[in-house]
Amino acid sequence: MGKKFGLPDKQGLYDPQFEHDACGVGFVANVKGIKSHDIIVKGITVLTNLEHRGATGSDANTGDGAGILIQLPHQFLVKAAAQAGLEQLPEEGRYGVAMVFLPQSQEQTADLEKVIEEAVKDEGFRLIGWRGVPVDNSGIGELAKQSEPHIHQLFVASNDPKLIGQNLERKLYVLRKVIEQRVRDCGLPGAENCYLPSLSCYTIVYKGLLKPPQIPDYYLDLSDPDMISAMALVHQRYSTNTFPTWDRAHPYRYIAHNGEINTLRGNTNWMNTRQAHFASDLLGKDVKKLSPVVVPGSSDSASFDNVLELLVMGGRELSHAVMMMMPEAYEANAEMDADKKAFYEFHQSLIEPWDGPAAIAFSDGRVIGATLDRNGLRPARYVITKDDLVVLASETGVLDIPIENVARKGKLEPGKMFLVNLEEGRIISDEELKRKIVTRQPYAQWIAENTVHLRDLGKPEHPSVGDSATLLQRQQAFGYTAEELRVLLLPMATTGEEALGSMGNDTPLAVLSERPQLLYNYFKQLFAQVTNPPIDPIREDLVMSLSAAVGTEQNLLDESPLHCRQLHMEYPILTDYQLEQLRHLDQPGFKTKTLPMHYKAEDGAKGLKRALSELCKEAEQATRDDYNILILSDRGVTAECAAIPALLATGAVHHHLIRKLLRTRCGLIVESGEPREVMHFSLLIGYGASAINPYLAMETLEEMYLQGIISNEIEHKNIVKNYIKAVNKGLLKIFSKMGISTFQSYQGAQIFEIIGLDHGVVNRYFTGTTARLGGIGLDGIATEVDKHHQHAFPRNPEPTRQLYRGGQYQWRKNGEHHFFNPDTVARLQHSTAAGDYRLFKKYTHIANNESEQASTLRGLLKFKAGNPVPLEEVEPIENIMKRFCTGAMSFGSISKEAHETLAIAMNRIGGKSNTGEGGEDPARYEKDANGDWRRSAIKQVASARFGVDSHYIVNAQELQIKMAQGAKPGEGGQLPGHKVDENIARVRNSVPGVTLISPPPHHDIYSIEDLKQLIFDLKNVNPQADISVKLVAEAGVGTIAAGVAKAKADAILISGHDGGTGASPLTSIKHAGIPWEIGLAETQQVLLLNNLRGRIRLQTDGQLKTGRDVVVATLLGAEEYGFATAPLVTLGCILMRKCHLNTCPVGVATQDPQLRENFAGKVEHVINFFKFIAMEVREIMAELGFRTVNEMVGRVEMLEPNLAIAHFKAQNLDLSPILYQPELEPEVKRYYSEKQEHGLEEALDNQLIVMAKAALDKQEVVEINLPIRNSHRSVGAMLGGEISRRYGAKGLPDDTIWLNFKGSAGQSFGAFVPNGISLTLEGDANDYVGKGLCGGRIVVKTPVGADFDPRQNILIGNTTLYGAIRGEAYFNGVAGERFAVRNSGVKAVVEGLGDHGCEYMTGGRVVVLGKTGRNFGAGMSGGIAYVLDEEGRFEGRVNLGMVDLEKVTGQNEIEELRSLIEKHYRYTGSEIAEKILLDWSTYLPRFVKVMPREYKHALTNLKDKEAVVQHG
Amino acid sequence: MAKANGFITIQRKNAAYRPIAERLKDYNEIPEPMSAEEIKQQAARCMDCGIPFCHQGCPLGNVIPDFNDLVYENRWREALDVLLATNNFPEFTGRVCPAPCEAACVLGINQDPVTIKQVEVSIIDRAYEEGWITPQPPTYRTGKKVAVIGSGPAGMAAAEQLNRAGHLVTVFEKADRIGGLLIYGIPDFKMDKNILQRRVDLMAAEGIEFQTNTHVGIDYSVAKLKAEYDAIILTNGAEQPRELPVPGFELEGVHYAMDFLTQQNRRNLGDTLTEPDILANDKTVVIIGGGDTGSDCLGTSLRQGAKEVIQFEHKPQPPNTRPIHNPWPDWPMTLMKSTSHEEGGKQEFSIATKAFEGSDGKLERLRAIKVELAFDEHGQRHFIEVPDSEFTIETELVLIAAGFSGPVQNGLVRDLGLKLTKRHTIWVDPDKMTSVSGVFAAGDNVRGQSLVVWAIAEGRDAARGVDKYLTGRVHLPASNTAIAS
Repeated sequence: MGKKFGLPDKQGLYDPQFEHDACGVGFVANVKGIKSHDIIVKGITVLTNLEHRGATGSDANTGDGAGILIQLPHQFLVKAAAQAGLEQLPEEGRYGVAMVFLPQSQEQTADLEKVIEEAVKDEGFRLIGWRGVPVDNSGIGELAKQSEPHIHQLFVASNDPKLIGQNLERKLYVLRKVIEQRVRDCGLPGAENCYLPSLSCYTIVYKGLLKPPQIPDYYLDLSDPDMISAMALVHQRYSTNTFPTWDRAHPYRYIAHNGEINTLRGNTNWMNTRQAHFASDLLGKDVKKLSPVVVPGSSDSASFDNVLELLVMGGRELSHAVMMMMPEAYEANAEMDADKKAFYEFHQSLIEPWDGPAAIAFSDGRVIGATLDRNGLRPARYVITKDDLVVLASETGVLDIPIENVARKGKLEPGKMFLVNLEEGRIISDEELKRKIVTRQPYAQWIAENTVHLRDLGKPEHPSVGDSATLLQRQQAFGYTAEELRVLLLPMATTGEEALGSMGNDTPLAVLSERPQLLYNYFKQLFAQVTNPPIDPIREDLVMSLSAAVGTEQNLLDESPLHCRQLHMEYPILTDYQLEQLRHLDQPGFKTKTLPMHYKAEDGAKGLKRALSELCKEAEQATRDDYNILILSDRGVTAECAAIPALLATGAVHHHLIRKLLRTRCGLIVESGEPREVMHFSLLIGYGASAINPYLAMETLEEMYLQGIISNEIEHKNIVKNYIKAVNKGLLKIFSKMGISTFQSYQGAQIFEIIGLDHGVVNRYFTGTTARLGGIGLDGIATEVDKHHQHAFPRNPEPTRQLYRGGQYQWRKNGEHHFFNPDTVARLQHSTAAGDYRLFKKYTHIANNESEQASTLRGLLKFKAGNPVPLEEVEPIENIMKRFCTGAMSFGSISKEAHETLAIAMNRIGGKSNTGEGGEDPARYEKDANGDWRRSAIKQVASARFGVDSHYIVNAQELQIKMAQGAKPGEGGQLPGHKVDENIARVRNSVPGVTLISPPPHHDIYSIEDLKQLIFDLKNVNPQADISVKLVAEAGVGTIAAGVAKAKADAILISGHDGGTGASPLTSIKHAGIPWEIGLAETQQVLLLNNLRGRIRLQTDGQLKTGRDVVVATLLGAEEYGFATAPLVTLGCILMRKCHLNTCPVGVATQDPQLRENFAGKVEHVINFFKFIAMEVREIMAELGFRTVNEMVGRVEMLEPNLAIAHFKAQNLDLSPILYQPELEPEVKRYYSEKQEHGLEEALDNQLIVMAKAALDKQEVVEINLPIRNSHRSVGAMLGGEISRRYGAKGLPDDTIWLNFKGSAGQSFGAFVPNGISLTLEGDANDYVGKGLCGGRIVVKTPVGADFDPRQNILIGNTTLYGAIRGEAYFNGVAGERFAVRNSGVKAVVEGLGDHGCEYMTGGRVVVLGKTGRNFGAGMSGGIAYVLDEEGRFEGRVNLGMVDLEKVTGQNEIEELRSLIEKHYRYTGSEIAEKILLDWSTYLPRFVKVMPREYKHALTNLKDKEAVVQHG
Repeated sequence: MAKANGFITIQRKNAAYRPIAERLKDYNEIPEPMSAEEIKQQAARCMDCGIPFCHQGCPLGNVIPDFNDLVYENRWREALDVLLATNNFPEFTGRVCPAPCEAACVLGINQDPVTIKQVEVSIIDRAYEEGWITPQPPTYRTGKKVAVIGSGPAGMAAAEQLNRAGHLVTVFEKADRIGGLLIYGIPDFKMDKNILQRRVDLMAAEGIEFQTNTHVGIDYSVAKLKAEYDAIILTNGAEQPRELPVPGFELEGVHYAMDFLTQQNRRNLGDTLTEPDILANDKTVVIIGGGDTGSDCLGTSLRQGAKEVIQFEHKPQPPNTRPIHNPWPDWPMTLMKSTSHEEGGKQEFSIATKAFEGSDGKLERLRAIKVELAFDEHGQRHFIEVPDSEFTIETELVLIAAGFSGPVQNGLVRDLGLKLTKRHTIWVDPDKMTSVSGVFAAGDNVRGQSLVVWAIAEGRDAARGVDKYLTGRVHLPASNTAIAS
């Protein structure tokens, strides 16, 4: 019996639900619908040329999966069926063929075939027969072979001769659903290995756990010349995990998907409840056989396919269905026509968007098409030839096409669709296609007549009013603290933004806290890292939407005016006034009912449980009685009557109604005194609320205003408005952290993990949420409610009546415990300053917190007794200290003094300091006279790419790609202009006074294959450096880490949620991410399960403070350790938590020269700290019996729960998942012991370096001419690195090395190319051209002989010149999305570009001689762009948040513009450039200058200064 | 925090002291009042630290950053609430506390710390002025009766806490006035006695019964007390003065500091003394002991018109700045100058007294010798006499301010049969209950001689223990805590 082809079972911290995939996708089609074998061959060629986008696991010969979907090859099947001894097949379109994966065991296969045959018979089909699909498995990988299925084809014909075409297809769909159902339920051994890739009369899918080139060799059918199709849809998978899964290869029945659906949990829940109300004339009674529509345990892509298929089978056109599930960003699009907006708005009432980055190619055998998500976060390029071939793929250049034959080159744009109608034999434009669909019905009229808007409702009769007499009591009952009023609410009401904090979180998890907690605190936000990008909700707000709706959802399989009878709200936070409007809503189709969320306080947990079940019943009854707006309200708390935690009530009702299949019949509104911070709202929404009225928070603000606590400089009416604005902004931030754009998709999506609630509570009230360690039950929850309740309603008088002071954000006696407190800070400083190890042990004794209370997970663990070894036999501290690193803190976040002291200390002990994301002054690369070295061994590469040039990269020992940051995973950052002084500006390649924004995502990492590409880029520039990837612990991080290991990272850092010196919104500090103990253990387990552990160095950080911490981390799998806060404390940091205010009084985290003088840190103190840590580690090692750290890595069996700890909540925790050790083959390595294979030897640059020898050695001019293709990636990077290594920052003289290429260049063409290299490419290029360009010149020109207008055709891909610093670039064609994103100095000319041009740019010049997309100049704080605006439509496409539009009038700028266009003409021969130059006076006025406001100001300042220098 | 850079732009400024010449003529308080605006400025220097070490440094856990912020924002009333939540008597501590909070202030790392004590006293003084301090009798009585023995700051704090929790409290005081050391030990120039009286009146108005001239254990039997009360708290201090084993101790002119100070306070209160006057006028006075009491004797002696005042301290002169082993935020063992030291007199360090000499039973001179600090092989400290350094001073008045050795072991402690510690203080459990059920102890009798602020903290903790003992539930906050949880 071979291995199951599904994933391993859930074990330890591994859960198969965390599996992600990303991939290469493409199709080839003959527009006229002419079938040929050649199309299939071409499809496979495309797939093979996408191979570098996929991945292999520990077994290099097993791919993550690949496949092909083609039209049913009738001719071939007739032949094959005959050869298999089957009867003559019916004519085309009158029979269906299934591809069937069956178990390896003959016996099991036979049994399962019987099950299938019965279903065939029962569903009115005639079994024609089975055919064994001939395969040759000699070339496939070992792992693939272990789980290789029997692959059979099943031929069926309908008993009803009239059933043909789409009607037959529909019946075949029902048959497949029935087969799936019966196989799932049959209980036969091997049933889990039975899977139907396709069953159709139009299409067939050949797929498997294969690498692309293996497909034709494995499936012998595919090489048969009779195997013909007019289209081939292909897919190559990159799973972030390697578990062999034949079934998860794409394509599915209709789609192949590159991307990820982030909202899957919610989408699935909504679908499950929706299906109870399905009705369809087409499907009739069969509709009942379709449940569950979404097959349980399916991947996101498979689930999407399931629903898409349902919509199509329900009668909608394929493209219509795709538009419903992946709507464009219509809300804020001023250019979109009204009908289309109405279409999207209408369908918003039927189904929520399936949100996430996606390129989806789809086909039903008659049309084939592709579309992108609203953000356009996946690449899709296409070529149309003059002889009717269409090739669409994630990359250009996947199929060689003579340039003369090219009719058009394009790319998919965000939200746009590309469709070939094979039956009509033509390409249908996005516009025509959607026009037809959006005008099918008078959607606009339907909406006008049925949709109700909150803003249009009448005045309520009894608007509720506050009661300041009972306010304090109610605040107490809901656990308000004075700190919350001051720290959270006040800033929100005054500034309309959430406040920032610094220095991360050092308080215990809610379940380990001694203080009563709100239920919200047991939840942690999930966030995107690697497998999909977070969004920037501020600069890319055009894709974001908060609009919410309530009402009764109608039958999804139908459409009618009634379908949009819903009540719309602009955002989900309601004032008291609005809530009363809703409560007294008097409109046909709406009935509102208020349900109290109370329980009898004295009955405790029992009362709570009873009240919850009554509430659920009441909600159920109300829904059955056609109430469709349910208000869950906790108004009216009294001494007797406590409030059910709003989240618990909401989750309970939401899941109860889902279980009763009633959920889509009503909307839930929460009226509660409890929610006040952004996290609370996001949770209520995440568990189903449509809107929330936080009445007590608002009342509190009113009171604060009356008392003058909120300044009366703020207009009264703006208090609540600002507060709501702040909540709304915060919500968008949380959504975007996960890559979700709309309220509707976020609602009910449950994008959280729970730490500290027991499985009973989770399964019942928060069904489906990850909760791995168990925890408190309803008893515990009721106890905590009671503590607050008693504070409000004491049974005895109290000496003072006021709120708790707090202590969450700042340390307070008797407030929340903080790991850094007066005791630990003082002792740590004293002991390291005095060099006193005995005193240090006192510090670690307190910090280890072993005696009194356990406030960390590691505190709950203890070491088992080992076989002690003599201390002197344990490896020396010098060895151990080499494993120590300091955290990534940028120069900019901490002072020069602090930054350099840390670097010197780490270099002295052989450890590694980290630049952080702010670059590094090259002066530090050279050693000081006394031998000290201020260079940081680890150089960080973060999303803003500050200072990341070739010279920086070659001076690194390790390059760390920061995917997320502990204090604010999934978010970007911002260094405001006033903090950017000359030094910081210089190191970050910018201008003093200009704001420097770090985007939330790396714009060259939207997926795992992109990360793989960046690793490859960096490795090319500096092959000696290790590449590490920094991840933040969250559920599923182990799965991501496995993907990262396959992306060839050399090291992975699992960062705990609690670290972080940087400024961050308080919500993120407190509520995102989890402790490293869980993340690290999960990573170790998953890497071991995949046999990937041995090739990765695993590091962890996050509040490591003692030698014991280090040992626990080692036993859980880490072999390197990062420290940030503790070393800072030894330098004098006393955790002011004011880093973001530049007022650090000890000169650590400030740039203020006066305060920097207070810096009193010493290299020796830092060294003492690390020595002492190593000494303690060594002592514990001796006790446990380990002589080396390597021996100790991953020896989790040496840990056990400390049962002596009597914490009332922690007792309920189950730590066994953390302590789980998977069963492993003996050869599986537990620690870093082998190098990654980076495949650098295949790089074209090896050849270039040889050919450029004369230039490298003697600086002679060299010219090299070579062909190039898409598999040649990062061309120029390695050569550039060689130059930087030899010639330093200045590189070679301009134009020393001429590189001329012809063809389609792979990704990252010209990445990190320094001075001295000039690249010219005749052809086209993929994404990331000129990434990190730092002095060289890049020219890409449309080839001679091209018969198309370069200004209408795509020349280069997305994200060009990302993070570029110096040099020039000329492109005579159109670029994709995000041209010159984060450019800080390159001059570039291009003839058109996509959305988000010049985003986050801080310097340089960009000239656009053609059209731009939307959102031009978002977050652009510096540099200048000149745009030729011939149609006069440019202004509407600019994001005017930071820039002004001006005429080009100054003499200097006119000259600058002209000279750039002249160069463009010289290098590319551009027609438009020539035209402009010839007719300069006509064209000049048509140029618009895009000028960032801050930059203008900064330039003026610079000029003034220069003037002073010159005259002074 | 309202002002992010207040600590950079504003300098520390304390209340000014009245001119020395003027203040030596009376016993009135020394500091001049500060304006509200000045206090607000000083409060703005508070950095609202992530870890407010001051809040830790304060034995009461005063939530200093919070009241600083409120004062800065002119929200005095709320500042008062915050202050009173942790401190029963800020009008006392704001005057006489040496302010360990300021020693721990983060700003003190490299600048002058925030004037926390000044802010504190300003809040409470203003509260009295504004009439915000009114009797707050409890709305609910538990019917339980508690006896508090001793009316110093510990007893007063315990009484106030328990009364507000609804218990009926009687405070027994052996002296004729309430206040313990507050009334007779602390000179008026440090704290005006009206400040004390105003608080005692307030407590009486809230329902606390004060029984003066009642020495429990002597003229009120312990058995009776136990029969009448549900719980007892001993807050009878550590009044046993440390003796000086020196020949000539019995001479007339050698007195305990406390006797000397008490007399002056009584005079100021208008009492007629029954015992002979101890006065410093026109005398050369030697004070033995370099602590706060010694310094109080110095100021009082100067006010009485002493010819010369010399203060001897056994230990060597402390450094002016923190030595390495005494870093921030620990209490600095540096040379402290009290207001009395500013006024005159001489401080001599490393001096041991050898003998008092005189004739006719009257003191005439004192023999002393220089000593050096040395450590033996166990690290134990020893004072070694410096050879040939003996000297003699002509003096008519010696005041012994060498500290206290513990609670007086008289009837009460003995009759109850309380367990004692090695240091002769009363043993208590974490709830401040002694070895006898229902009998609690707090203050100097538990800690040994200490600060007023510690006494209040002790009293609060004992009240919490008693309340828990009586009701089985914890309503009252412990010291060190902002508000009970």
